[in-house]
Amino acid sequence: MSVLNAPDLRSSSRLRADGVRLAYDSHVVVDELSLSIPDGKVTAIVGANACGKSTLLRALARLLRPTAGRVLLDGEEIHRLKTKEVARRLGLLPQSSTCPPGILVADLVARGRSPHQRLLQQWSLADEDMVRDALIATETLDLADRPIDELSGGQRQRVWIAMVLAQATPLLLLDEPTTFLDIAHQIDVLDLVADLNQRRQTTVVMVLHDLNQACRYADHIVAMRAGRIVADGRPSDVITAELVEEVFGLECIVITDPLAGTPLVVPRVRRQCAAHSAQLLEYAAI
Amino acid sequence: MIGLAHSPTDEARRETQPSVNGRARALRWRGVSVRLDSRAVIVSLVLASMLVVVGCWSISVGDFPVPMSDVVRTLLGRGTSSSEFIVGTLRLPRVLTGAMVGAAFGVSGAIFQSLAKNPLGSPDVIGFTFGSALGAVLVIVLVDAASSVAVSAGAVVGGLLTALVVFVCAWRRGVQAHRLVLVGIGVGYALAALTNYLLTQANISDAQRASVWLTGSLNGRSWDHVRPVGAGLLVLLPMAIWMARSLRLLELGDDTAAALGLRLGRTRLWVVVIGVGLAALATASAGPVAFVALMAPPIARRLVHAPGVTIVPTALVGALLTVSADLMARRLLAPLELPVGIFTAVLGAPYLLWLLTRETRTGEL
Repeated sequence: MSVLNAPDLRSSSRLRADGVRLAYDSHVVVDELSLSIPDGKVTAIVGANACGKSTLLRALARLLRPTAGRVLLDGEEIHRLKTKEVARRLGLLPQSSTCPPGILVADLVARGRSPHQRLLQQWSLADEDMVRDALIATETLDLADRPIDELSGGQRQRVWIAMVLAQATPLLLLDEPTTFLDIAHQIDVLDLVADLNQRRQTTVVMVLHDLNQACRYADHIVAMRAGRIVADGRPSDVITAELVEEVFGLECIVITDPLAGTPLVVPRVRRQCAAHSAQLLEYAAI
Repeated sequence: MIGLAHSPTDEARRETQPSVNGRARALRWRGVSVRLDSRAVIVSLVLASMLVVVGCWSISVGDFPVPMSDVVRTLLGRGTSSSEFIVGTLRLPRVLTGAMVGAAFGVSGAIFQSLAKNPLGSPDVIGFTFGSALGAVLVIVLVDAASSVAVSAGAVVGGLLTALVVFVCAWRRGVQAHRLVLVGIGVGYALAALTNYLLTQANISDAQRASVWLTGSLNGRSWDHVRPVGAGLLVLLPMAIWMARSLRLLELGDDTAAALGLRLGRTRLWVVVIGVGLAALATASAGPVAFVALMAPPIARRLVHAPGVTIVPTALVGALLTVSADLMARRLLAPLELPVGIFTAVLGAPYLLWLLTRETRTGEL
């Protein structure tokens, strides 16, 4: 891209999908999808179950090869780049990971450094510093010498995030980082992501289930339905009652989050209790 | 604290901070840095010394006892002609074959247990050893006066083909541990049945040679048996050590490993080839010695407190197990010499039971 070109309204974008079709075997999940991830921003991908959002994230992370179209990282086709080269620029926290029983927190987080290591450069001082920084950022430094198996779900998720932080990539993809966590730990994780984005200017893309959390924590929302993008933009521009109805098939009203000022989706009660629903609407009006 | 920091201030700053090295120690010199688990190093040294002691003991006892001091003298090349014959020709090749076969089985087990993320995923459970056995028996039966190199080749080809069949049958968008174990057990039994059928069809001397070999025996091992497994270990063991880092990433799950820069397909292929090669070479030299591949990796892991695959300690545990079992097999009912496979089974079976009950209780299996 030439510097002389008029800058896009949206900021520049290191990670892009260009007309991709994604399929498992012969089952096409996503077709003709194009998307630019704004640099230095937090992007949330939302949508109903099985709409292809995790599939899209896997393709952006080079785990799934598009059957048509391309995913571009820094202007180059991501599947043409070496795996290790991609791993130095782009980190991924998958939905589920396994960890060998008995592994210590510090040893697991240290594995995040592998794309930067070679046979005779297994553990440089930079590696050590990065691991320490990652443990400090996720407030897990005091857990460093504990086995993962002994930790709570919330602590564990912070440790996995520490591992991708130690990878020290300018781009970070998170697949449902808040699943299996209680509300307090969900907010902990999302605050950590926001903090990371602000302090290190890390570009974050995350798949989220909770629309309200997506609105509060993302600068940019991508709403998907049945493998297509139906809306793409700032939460306050994108999230409307009509969109939520279209994407999730859920009737709702959208009000303003009293704390963050972002859109807040309040679902209408769907089946019984119409009276209760009316009562809720009155509250909303107040 | 081992390691050289670039500047004293860096050093001082790090000294005051809590360690983030986990179980590892850093060895640094100029641009080179190595991550070493000090416990693994100590355990390996202890195991190696034990291996030397048991090995010398095994060489010294027998129908013609040779005092330990003479064994050591002979090994150092300053023995008499009779001790030279007993030690150099009769007993040393046997002990060496035992040690190397044990090491090869152990490392092969470590590799496949790590790949399958399951302690049952070892090559003697998932059928690869049966495939090697079938390959070797085929060569013994079909080729007149087959050389040990030809038998080894048969074992390697049989093992690789079996691995291919098992992986293809267990493949469904990746390999799942339980599918691999179940398919492997099935394929293994089919191959064992085929081997038995072959034995019934072979002439009596071939059948005898094959069936002694099938129990897993170190009896009458000469330098001819040392060479193939020795050469194989020389190539495959360093490769296994090299691949251990990739295996440790694979243990985190496919997606995480790929996101950390690992080429999954290529890594898996290499690791399987190394693991099958080791198991096949060991099988070719001593027959399918039971349970060593299954036992050695978890023992090594527990000794080292390693969370994942650990190659050198596993090789040493495998070697020590096999050499000790062979010593017992030779001396317990002397002058009758039993096949070593019987004694590895005697050692291995209770351990496996203990492991299974324990891991079932903790829900790891």
